[in-house]
Amino acid sequence: MKVIRLTYLLVLWFLAGASHAADLAESIEAVRGVGPHGQGHVEAAAAWGRLARADAAELTTLLGAMDGANPLAANWMRTAVDAVAERAVRQGEALPLEELERFVLDRSHAARARRLAYEMLVSHDPEAEQRLIPGMVDDPSLELRRDAVAKVIEEAQAAQKDEDRQRAVAAYRRALPAARDQDQIRLVSEQLRKLGEEVELQRLMGFIAQWKLIGPFDNTDQRGFDAEYPPERELDFGATYDGKHGKVEWIEHTTTDDYGKVDLNEVIVEEKEVVAYGAAEFHSDREQTVEFRITSYNAVRLWVNGRPVIERNVYHSGSQLDQYVGEAVLQKGRNLILVKVCQNAQTQDWARHWSFQLRVCDEVGNPVYSDKPAK
Amino acid sequence: MHRFILALTILAGMFGQPAGAQWRQFRGSDNRSVSHETGLPGRFDAETGENIAWKAPLPGRGASGPIVVGDRVIVTASEGVRQDRLHVLCFDAATGNRLWHRQLWATGSTVSHPFGAVAAPTPASDGELVFAFFGSNDLACFDLDGNLKWFRGLTYESPLTRNDVGMASSPLVVVDVVVVQMEAQGAPFAAGIDRKTGETTWRIDRTQGSMWTSPTLLPGETPDQDLVLLQGRDALTAHDPRTGAVVWAFSVPCHSTSSVTADQGRVYLQADGLNALRPDRAAGEAELLWHELKLGSGAPSAVVHEERVYVLRSVGIVCADARDGAILWQLRMKGPFWATPVLADGRLYCVNHGGLVQVVELGEKGRIVADCMLEEGILGSPAVAPGALYFRSNANLWKISSVDSP
Repeated sequence: MKVIRLTYLLVLWFLAGASHAADLAESIEAVRGVGPHGQGHVEAAAAWGRLARADAAELTTLLGAMDGANPLAANWMRTAVDAVAERAVRQGEALPLEELERFVLDRSHAARARRLAYEMLVSHDPEAEQRLIPGMVDDPSLELRRDAVAKVIEEAQAAQKDEDRQRAVAAYRRALPAARDQDQIRLVSEQLRKLGEEVELQRLMGFIAQWKLIGPFDNTDQRGFDAEYPPERELDFGATYDGKHGKVEWIEHTTTDDYGKVDLNEVIVEEKEVVAYGAAEFHSDREQTVEFRITSYNAVRLWVNGRPVIERNVYHSGSQLDQYVGEAVLQKGRNLILVKVCQNAQTQDWARHWSFQLRVCDEVGNPVYSDKPAK
Repeated sequence: MHRFILALTILAGMFGQPAGAQWRQFRGSDNRSVSHETGLPGRFDAETGENIAWKAPLPGRGASGPIVVGDRVIVTASEGVRQDRLHVLCFDAATGNRLWHRQLWATGSTVSHPFGAVAAPTPASDGELVFAFFGSNDLACFDLDGNLKWFRGLTYESPLTRNDVGMASSPLVVVDVVVVQMEAQGAPFAAGIDRKTGETTWRIDRTQGSMWTSPTLLPGETPDQDLVLLQGRDALTAHDPRTGAVVWAFSVPCHSTSSVTADQGRVYLQADGLNALRPDRAAGEAELLWHELKLGSGAPSAVVHEERVYVLRSVGIVCADARDGAILWQLRMKGPFWATPVLADGRLYCVNHGGLVQVVELGEKGRIVADCMLEEGILGSPAVAPGALYFRSNANLWKISSVDSP
């Protein structure tokens, strides 16, 4: 009789567990189903309540549900994780620290979810920082990588303080190719140069340096952005065209700026209401999807092999490295990149900029190089 | 008698405090930067702790102001080298204890000027729900216990809608919608988002051009007649909050950072000096009552109360007669100012970016009665609630209250 009762209880326990797991999976599915314009909000709001009541032991299941989720759904999941962790801490419930650590170390998970797991872990186990971060200089999570690079920089600075040049250079050399944030890259490259080292920053970051440029074309009343000038119809680097003030032809230009800046005021002409084009060849050893990251204060358009990748009809409204990012597929062999940069009529000092910077990277910011020098 | 007071207390708790006793959105529940609270401290000091009830550390940074909903203070922040970690934090007003903290990842652009923050818009509340808006045009709705009700990524949906200097317009709750205004060079629009479901009730395209002003409430004679004022590069427009339809318009290039103020049926608009307007719904326009160049300001919005208009300029405050714009008095002060001042308890609390709060006693002439130092990095306007003022710097949320206050 006892055996029957025990079996019955085990079946009930198993069924309850299975039902709970199914309920959790269903709730995750509902939250992952949210989309733009409020799509799926009603179902997701109800499901979110169930997720927020999940046991702390289920945190890594919730974190794992961020893998492949769209950015809206990832935020729904993230706030549920916040709620579960917050309640657990308040109620003295143990967090699954070992599982969290395994989750952090598994690079196949969503980068941001791993960072979130790491922060939960470290808040309960501060030693995890020293245990995990040093091995993360090449991590796909930019936040984890940043912390790891910061530690290497600290090591270099300590060596500098000890006047151990060799150790400092070695540490900075380790930090530089790993760094993805401009403040760290700037600091490290400056220090290396102070130590007498050469730094090929431009190449390290994947900036395109060799350009063919042509202009100026007309941009009166900002009509040039939509105007289809000859370089958009054909890329014949031997041709001459009617420009704003007469004939224009392609000129070769190689920028030496650390951050790949092509200053059109210097190379073409400093003038208002003008358009210039930059073209570059890019050779890829295989078909691959890459990110084109362009920075400009000006209105810009970018085509790769004739296909539009980025269009921003905005002038002098702030700028920052990697301002606009567009994904494109490079074909195996020769690819043609065309950039259009428009200057408007604004006369303020801060509206002088007429320039662009372009680099090619993978999604983590690792540079992607043209496999043979552009002609 | 005690039982009667207890019953009243319970009833007050059940039905909440009147809207005026809270500070539910940018420039207060009625959107005018005026509070009827009394018993507020006339002076305070961060260093000595004088009248500092508590301070709570905040992550990252923020230009947004705090809001007060019942016994809770809510504030937003943004963090990270890319400013893409967005925080919504809720504190117990009595103790400063953090009640809940939710984080989001920005889905829109976070490229912005380093002086500001992606957490620039002040959140808003209808008393039950909190609407946290960010410069990345992410709009999240939580209940007062931190439960997520919905989340919209408005730039995720409309990728060209962004301003790489940063966006700062605060949301406005009116009728059943949260009104958001995203005025930029690329794909600008304003929208009324259903506060319960997060779905779009209406959406209107706006004129291209960057603006950092916030939608403003223009109260009607009855709540049914309330309108929303939107400033643009070419006009001030008044909209029906249910449909977004334009009810009246006044053509003028509006100030890009100082938000319009409504009081007693008049509208005070910064546009190359201060303009006082009287709307005419039937005619679909507004009449210009007066214009005063000397009342032009920077970022802070004008405060209007009891037929006096107060304009905070870079070097001081100017008080004018709200009926004709005649200047009554001026006072030199230490700027620069980004935050709109608040008027409460017969005083104007003006906080500069350096964290110096200059308390101006109002009367026939204004008089600075106290210089109160908090800390550097204050861009958001303070909130006023029973017996207390709340300031937020980049680093901390401060409650200012005298010990004897309720």
